[in-house]
Amino acid sequence: MQFPAWSQERALDVIARTSGEPGPVLVTLQGIQEYFGYVPDGAVALIASACNVSRADVHGVLTFYHDLRTELPRKVQIKICVAEACQSMGARDVAESARKSVIDNLDVEISNAYCLGNCALAPAASVDGKLRGRVSVKSLVKEISQL
Amino acid sequence: MTIVYVPGDSAARSVGADQVAIEIASQANARGLDVQIVRNGSRGALFLEPLVEVLTSSGRIAFGPVSADEINSLFEADFLNGGDHVLALGKSDEIAWLAKQDRVTFARVGIIDPLSISDYESHGGLTGLRKALDMKSEDIVEQVTASGLRGRGGAGFPAGIKWRTVLNTVGEKKYICCNADEGDSGTFADRMVMEGDPFMLLEGMTIAGIAVGATEGVIYIRSEYPDAIEMMKKAIVLANEFGSLGENILGTERSFHVRIRVGGGSYVCGEETAMLESIEGKRGVVRSKPPLPAIEGLFGKPTVINNVLTLATVPAVMSGGADAYKARGVGRSVGTQVFQLGGNIARGGIVELAFGTTLGSLINDYGDGTFTGKSIRAVQIGGPLGAYLPASSFDVSMDYESLLAAGGMLGHGGLVLFDESVDMAIQAKFAMEFCALESCGKCTPCRIGSTRGAETITKIIDGQDIDGNKRLLLDLCEVMTDGSLCAMGGLTPLPVRSALLHFPEDFDSRIGATK
Repeated sequence: MQFPAWSQERALDVIARTSGEPGPVLVTLQGIQEYFGYVPDGAVALIASACNVSRADVHGVLTFYHDLRTELPRKVQIKICVAEACQSMGARDVAESARKSVIDNLDVEISNAYCLGNCALAPAASVDGKLRGRVSVKSLVKEISQL
Repeated sequence: MTIVYVPGDSAARSVGADQVAIEIASQANARGLDVQIVRNGSRGALFLEPLVEVLTSSGRIAFGPVSADEINSLFEADFLNGGDHVLALGKSDEIAWLAKQDRVTFARVGIIDPLSISDYESHGGLTGLRKALDMKSEDIVEQVTASGLRGRGGAGFPAGIKWRTVLNTVGEKKYICCNADEGDSGTFADRMVMEGDPFMLLEGMTIAGIAVGATEGVIYIRSEYPDAIEMMKKAIVLANEFGSLGENILGTERSFHVRIRVGGGSYVCGEETAMLESIEGKRGVVRSKPPLPAIEGLFGKPTVINNVLTLATVPAVMSGGADAYKARGVGRSVGTQVFQLGGNIARGGIVELAFGTTLGSLINDYGDGTFTGKSIRAVQIGGPLGAYLPASSFDVSMDYESLLAAGGMLGHGGLVLFDESVDMAIQAKFAMEFCALESCGKCTPCRIGSTRGAETITKIIDGQDIDGNKRLLLDLCEVMTDGSLCAMGGLTPLPVRSALLHFPEDFDSRIGATK
């Protein structure tokens, strides 16, 4: 995924889409992250001002949710489910080995997920948001090499 | 023209349904055959996915699991006319795994095109809403109460009583909140409803709105379900255009609007009050009760909070009547439960049956044992906060009360199977680690107890003062159970204690071990 560089003007446009909604902080942070790939430092004060809350409030929400990030993501996002259903099918080993196999590939980011809703076809993963079932280190490495 | 069904459900797509659909279209084109591909939901026999069905003169004929490599041979075998093939499963409705089930909530899932309102209506959709529109609020609530429908999210609270509280609470505005933050490992029924029959959920929410006098609904969907989010968004637009949602529903004076809020990857936001905080855009910190959300819920207004399956079952309760629903089940667990078989299981998927089937029947008759073929060691029921039960408890009846008596809980109906290779001390440690990771931090037993719990189990695994640390762990479990604000900290001890109780050998035989 490629994201546009930080621009205050663009950020204000994105913020304006949701800042008028009831309870706007989380959805506005999500909008900023969808647009820029992460929540840049400069966005916090803008969101606080537009949503009429303190910067501390925005920071609190930003640091509570696992999805929200303050650094640009790598190009390829892999999530490997390591919750119980996938554990029963060896997901811990898959996650560990997959990390080792792509450790030199700076375009790939592997993170843990806790249930992707594919428990009958475990182990599950998602590759750039696309769900995968019955994954192995081999199948993941193959898919990464084709991206 | 021949209609071919290739599921668009994300689980089916996770094992290649998209490639299968593309290959069928391209080969049909090359062969000059007129084929229309419908992306239905999944019928829930996930071990057969991608399950391709062909509509023939004698009904739908199934083939599965199909891979893109096999499409050529399917065409060669004339599968479009039900030709025989090694993957042929016969008539879809006669596949024993599906035919033996009692589908109420999942009656249409996998059968219809999820985004076709005419398909939905011709399979009984909107019948419940039409009935509700002719009824007084009080009578709708009475019918839901009389049906005995209980909350499918896990707590099993009677839906009708919750609705009555909201109906009787005065408020200038009221809300219906659908909890679609299905975070429990081993559960995927909410996702499959949203991807396979989204209008049913909207119909259920609308009926709830009419019943309690709410005009606004919110569906809180976890971010891990991008396909369900897209599907619900499309369904809302279509239902608004059709007139079954929005202003003047089906030409009446009633109005109901639904919007979607997406979660932020936080498990605790599946707890109803944390969910309300999250919908309000705040940190997902659990609220103290009282006040109940039914009195002071979203933005302080009276709010019905129900799980996807609860709301999705409401149309069937309205159209079929309370008695027909109540006729199923055992004791106070009436109706059907959508069981979800997952983990190390040969035949995983959705099994909807009346309450009261046995655990062993689900695991052996439907699940067909482990995927790895090794012997079964444990089954975790009800997600990360549910108990681990051994094979010796397979006679237990699957209903709220019996499971509670057996030291477990039904939760959202997910079953996760483990084979003999599982280390139950590691599983117990994970339960604590997961709680530490996902605790909202408001109450001390959960926030600190989970970290101390994981440390204590690590000491046991390392063989340090096993008896002393087990006593400490049980004491900690008691504090967390009795002292936590919500089910996150309150139920994390359940998997830990059940592992200690049923699998003591995994904790006791570690003396000198360094694992």
